[in-house]
Amino acid sequence: MLSLLSLIALWWIAARASGNPQLMPPPGAVLAFAARAIASGEMPLNIAITLARVAVAFTLSMLVGAVIGFIAGRSKRADALIDPWLVVILNLPVLVVIVLVYIWVGLNEVAAVLAVAIAKTPTVVVTVREGARALDPGLDEVAAVYCVPALRRLRRIVLPQMAPYLAAAGRGGLSITWKIVLIVELLGRPDGVGFALNLYFQNFQVAGILAYGLVFAAIMLVVEAAALQPWERRANAWR
Amino acid sequence: MPGGEAPVLQIAIAAKAFAGRAVLGEIGFAVAPGEIVALFGASGMGKSTTLRIALGLDQDFVGSVRRGPGRVGMVFQEPRLLPWLTLGENLRLVAPEADPAALLGSVGLPDAAGLLPRALSLGMARRAALARALAVGATLLVLDEPFASLDPALAASLAARIAAEAQTRRAAVLIATHGLDQALTIADRVLVLHGTPARLAADLAVDHAGDLALRAALLEQFPFLAAEMPAG
Repeated sequence: MLSLLSLIALWWIAARASGNPQLMPPPGAVLAFAARAIASGEMPLNIAITLARVAVAFTLSMLVGAVIGFIAGRSKRADALIDPWLVVILNLPVLVVIVLVYIWVGLNEVAAVLAVAIAKTPTVVVTVREGARALDPGLDEVAAVYCVPALRRLRRIVLPQMAPYLAAAGRGGLSITWKIVLIVELLGRPDGVGFALNLYFQNFQVAGILAYGLVFAAIMLVVEAAALQPWERRANAWR
Repeated sequence: MPGGEAPVLQIAIAAKAFAGRAVLGEIGFAVAPGEIVALFGASGMGKSTTLRIALGLDQDFVGSVRRGPGRVGMVFQEPRLLPWLTLGENLRLVAPEADPAALLGSVGLPDAAGLLPRALSLGMARRAALARALAVGATLLVLDEPFASLDPALAASLAARIAAEAQTRRAAVLIATHGLDQALTIADRVLVLHGTPARLAADLAVDHAGDLALRAALLEQFPFLAAEMPAG
C-alpha cells in the first residue's frame, strides 16, 4: 500500500518535472480520462470484448492443454509424438504465431482466439504433463484392485493429484493469455483494449494508454485474486 | 481345511524375473472359499511380488492366475489411503453402499470416519486400510503384512476380525506376514517361499489353532522364520 502510494507520488513528480502533460500526464489527468472513457461506455465495451476473448482463449487452451498434457504424461509414446511440437511452438515468437494464423485463417474473431490458444496451450501442456508424471502409481493400483469406475477414479483419485498443477497452469496461463490477447487485438481487431491502445498510440495520447493499461491490469489482478487463488488454496487444502 | 469347492484363487507361477534376474521359480497353490492361507518367506523372497501377481497388478511373468467371481479386498504394505479424502470417503470410494462408521469401528477406529489420513498414526492407517478391504464384501482378501507396526493385542484382535470374515462370509484370505505365531492362530495352511529364485518350499496344513508341532517343524526347517518374528 505504502509502496503503491510512493509510486503515485513519484509519477506525479515526474509528470511535473517533464512539463509536458501530453507525453507524461499526471495521475489526475489519467484518472479523468478513465472516468470519461468509462462514462461514455467506450472503455467498458472494449474491456468486455477483451475479457470475452481472454475467457474463450483461456478456457480453450486449458481444456486442450490439460487433455494433451495428461496423455503425454501417461504415455511415453504419446509424449515422443507431442514433445517436438511443444519445443517448436514454445520457441516460436508469439508474434509469428499470431501473424501466421491471421494470414491462414483470416482477420477474424476465430483467428484471434485461435492464435492466443495456440500460443498458450504448450505451457499448459508442459505443466499438466509434469502433474500426470507425478501421479502416485500406488493409488492407481488401489483403483485397479478395487475396480473403481473410471469417472469416480478421475474425480476422486486423479483430479485431486492434478489440481495443484492445473491451478499453476491456470494462474500462469491467465497472465500470459491476456497479454497475448492485447497483441492480437492490436494487430488485427477493430475493438478491444489492444485496439484502443493502438488508437491512442497513433494519436500520441499517453493518458489514454495509461488509463486503459491500469484499469485492465487492475481487473485482471482482481480476477486472479478472486477466482484463481482461492481455487488453488482449496486444491491444496488437504496437505 | 475346506475342500471340494472351486478355489477363489489359483496360482501357477512358472517363473518371474526382474530385469533379467529370476526372483520367483515354481509357485503353485490355490485358496478355497473360507480358507486362510499364510505366506511366509524371508524379506525380499518375493512375497509381495507373489501377491501382486495374484491381484493381476503384475502380469509380466510366466504362468497363470485364475480368480473366481466376486470382488477383491487388498491391504498393501503401505496403507495407500487417499490423503484428500476422509476415512469415510476413502471407504465409500471403493464401496459406495458401505457403512464406514461400523466398518471402522470393527477394526478399532470408532468415530474416525471424519478424519483425514494425515491425522492417523501408521498403525491406525493400516487398520483403516483393512476396513477398506472389508468394505467391499470381498470373496478374496489379500493382506500384505497387515500386522506390522501393531502392538500384539491389537494384532490379535485384527487377526480375529479377519478370521471372522473367512468364517462368516466364506472369504478366501491370503496373508503375507512375518508373524508366525499370529498366523498360526488363524491360518488353515502355511506356505513358505524359499530359495533363489524363490519357490514354494512348504505347503502345510495347520491342524489346530496355535499348532505347536507345526511351529516347531517350521522353525527347524526354516530358521529365518524365528529371526523375522516380531518381538513380544
